[in-house]
Amino acid sequence: MATSADNAGHEGATRRDFLSLAAGAFTAVGGAAMLWPFINSMNPAADTLALASTEVDLSPIKEGQSITVVWRGKPVFVRRRTAEEIEKAKSDDTGALVDPQKDADRVKKPEWLILVGVCTHLGCVPLGNKVGESRGDFGGWFCPCHGSHYDTSGRIRKGPAPRNLEVPTYTFLNDTSIRIG
Amino acid sequence: MATEFKNGLVRWIDSRLPIFTLIDHSVGSAYPTPRNLNYFWNFGSLAGAVLVVMILSGIFLAMNYTAHTSMAFDSVERIMRDVNGGWLIRYIHMNGASMFFIVVYVHIFRGLYYGSYKEPRELLWIIGVVILLLMMATGFMGYVLPWGQMSFWGATVITNLFSAIPVVGGKIVTLLWGGFSVDNPTLNRFFALHYLLPFVLVGVVVLHVAALHQHGSNNPLGIQHKGPQDSIPFHPYYTIKDLFGLGVFAIFFAFFVFFAPNFFGEPDNYIPANPLSTPAHIVPEWYFLPFYAILRAVTFDIGIPFTHIVFIDSKLGGVLAMFGAIVLLAVLPWLDRSKVRSAKFRPLYFWAFWIFLADSILLGYIGGKPAEQPYILIGQFATAYYFLHFLVILPLIAKIETPKPLPSSIAAAVTGKEKP
Repeated sequence: MATSADNAGHEGATRRDFLSLAAGAFTAVGGAAMLWPFINSMNPAADTLALASTEVDLSPIKEGQSITVVWRGKPVFVRRRTAEEIEKAKSDDTGALVDPQKDADRVKKPEWLILVGVCTHLGCVPLGNKVGESRGDFGGWFCPCHGSHYDTSGRIRKGPAPRNLEVPTYTFLNDTSIRIG
Repeated sequence: MATEFKNGLVRWIDSRLPIFTLIDHSVGSAYPTPRNLNYFWNFGSLAGAVLVVMILSGIFLAMNYTAHTSMAFDSVERIMRDVNGGWLIRYIHMNGASMFFIVVYVHIFRGLYYGSYKEPRELLWIIGVVILLLMMATGFMGYVLPWGQMSFWGATVITNLFSAIPVVGGKIVTLLWGGFSVDNPTLNRFFALHYLLPFVLVGVVVLHVAALHQHGSNNPLGIQHKGPQDSIPFHPYYTIKDLFGLGVFAIFFAFFVFFAPNFFGEPDNYIPANPLSTPAHIVPEWYFLPFYAILRAVTFDIGIPFTHIVFIDSKLGGVLAMFGAIVLLAVLPWLDRSKVRSAKFRPLYFWAFWIFLADSILLGYIGGKPAEQPYILIGQFATAYYFLHFLVILPLIAKIETPKPLPSSIAAAVTGKEKP
C-alpha cells in the first residue's frame, strides 16, 4: 500500500485524505447531533407548556373599565371599551399606523379588546389599565420603559415598539366569559 | 531559562514541576517591566484582585441562596438578617460588581489614552473586550438573582433584546427563558451560568496575561522597550506598587461596603418581583447605562425614505447599535492606524480622547434618564458622536496628524538624558 509520502507528488486525493475527511465529517455531525438535546433542554418543558389556557369572567367589568389577568406568566389586558373609544379606534384605521391593521381585525366583539399586555419593544407591561395611569397620547396604553404609545385598539402609534400589542387566541364561551389560549 | 532558587526544597520541586519558574517569569524578578509605568498601570492587577474577591464572596453567598422564584428574594433577605456576617458578604459582592466595572473602565480608558491596543498587542486588546463582554453577562445575570423588581424587569428587557433578531428572534427568547416569560426556569439557568462564567473569566484572564507577557506592558511614552536600561524587574518594584495601590483601593471599596452599601443600587430592587407591574422607571445598573443610552437612541426605522419599506426597524437598529458599540472596540487597532501609541505625542488624538471620554460619561448620564425630551435628542447626538469617533475621527486623525517627536528610549526620557 502506498504511503502518503509516496502519494505526495501525485495528482488528486489519496485514500487517506478520503478517510480523514469522512471521519472528520462524521465527528462534526455526531458532535452537532449530541449538542442539540442539550440546547433543546433549555426550551419550555412539558409542564410549562401545559399551563396553556385561562378562563375569564367578563360580567363584573363595567364599560370603560379594564382588568389584567395572567396567562402563561404574562399579563393579558381585557378592556371593555366605551363607544367613543371604539369610534376612535375605527376612525384611526386610516391614520398614520406603524403596523397597519384594522380595528375590526383585532377584536371579536368591538366592545371587548383583549391584548397581551407586553410591550412589543422590550417586554415591559404598558401603563393605562388601572385608573389614574397614563394612557399615552392616543388614549390606549403607554409603556414607561422607552416611551411607546398605543391607541384604543392597542396599535403602536408612537415610540420604539415595532408591532401592535399582540391579540392572544381566545374564544367567547358565552356572552360573559372567555377562554384565553 | 529556569530561574535559580536558593532554597533546596524549592529547587527540588521546580526541577520536577516548574511552578516557581512560572511565577517568577509572570510576576517575579524574571519579568522585565518598563521603568516608567504610572499609577494607571495598577488597574489591571486591581481587576484581578476584584475578580478573586467576587469569586470568594460569591461562593459563600451561593451556600445560602435559593434559586427559586418563590424563595430567592427571601433567601437574600435571610442572608442579610440571619446568616452570620451575611450582610457583609453580600455587600462586598454587590459593591464588588461596581468596583469591578470602575476598575475595568479605568483600565480600558488607560489603554485608549496610551494606545495599548496597537501592534503588537491587538490580540491582548481583543481578549480584553471578550473579558468585558463576559463581565457584562455575568453582572447582568447576577443582578437577576435577588429577584426584585429591577432584577425581573431588567431580565425581561435584556432578554427581549434578542427578539429583535429577524425570523428566529422569538424562538431564541423562548429558549433563553425556558418558558413564555422570565420565570423560574430562567432564574435557575441564570444562577447556573452566573456561577460558571467567573471561572470562564479566570481562564480568559490567563490568556490576557499570557498575551501581555509576550510583548510586555505598554508604557506612558508608548515606545518600545529597547534594552535592559529601559526596564526594571516586576518584583519587587511593581509587586510593591501594585500592593500599595491595592491598599488604597481597598479603602475606597470598604467605604462603600460599610458606609454607603446601597449607593450603586436601585431602591426598587428591594421590592419582590411582580410580573404584572413594571416599575415606572426601569434603569439598568450604572455600568450598563452608556450602552443602554445607545440602545434607546435609535427611535427611527432605517429604510427607503418616503416609502413603507423598512430594512431595519428601530428595535433591531437599537440592538445592533448597542452591540456594535462594543464590537467597534474590538476592531479599534485597525481603525486607529497611527503608529504613535501614546496620546502624549498626538496633539489631535489627545483632544479626541478627552471628548470621547466626556461623550461616554454623557451617554451614561442620559442612560439613567427617562425616555423624554430633551434626553432623547441629547442621547442621539451623543450616540452619533460615539460612532463618529471610531469610524471617522480616529481614521482621519491617523492620516492628518503630525505627532510630536518621540524620545529615543524610555531610559533617555526618564533620566532626562537624550542620547543621539
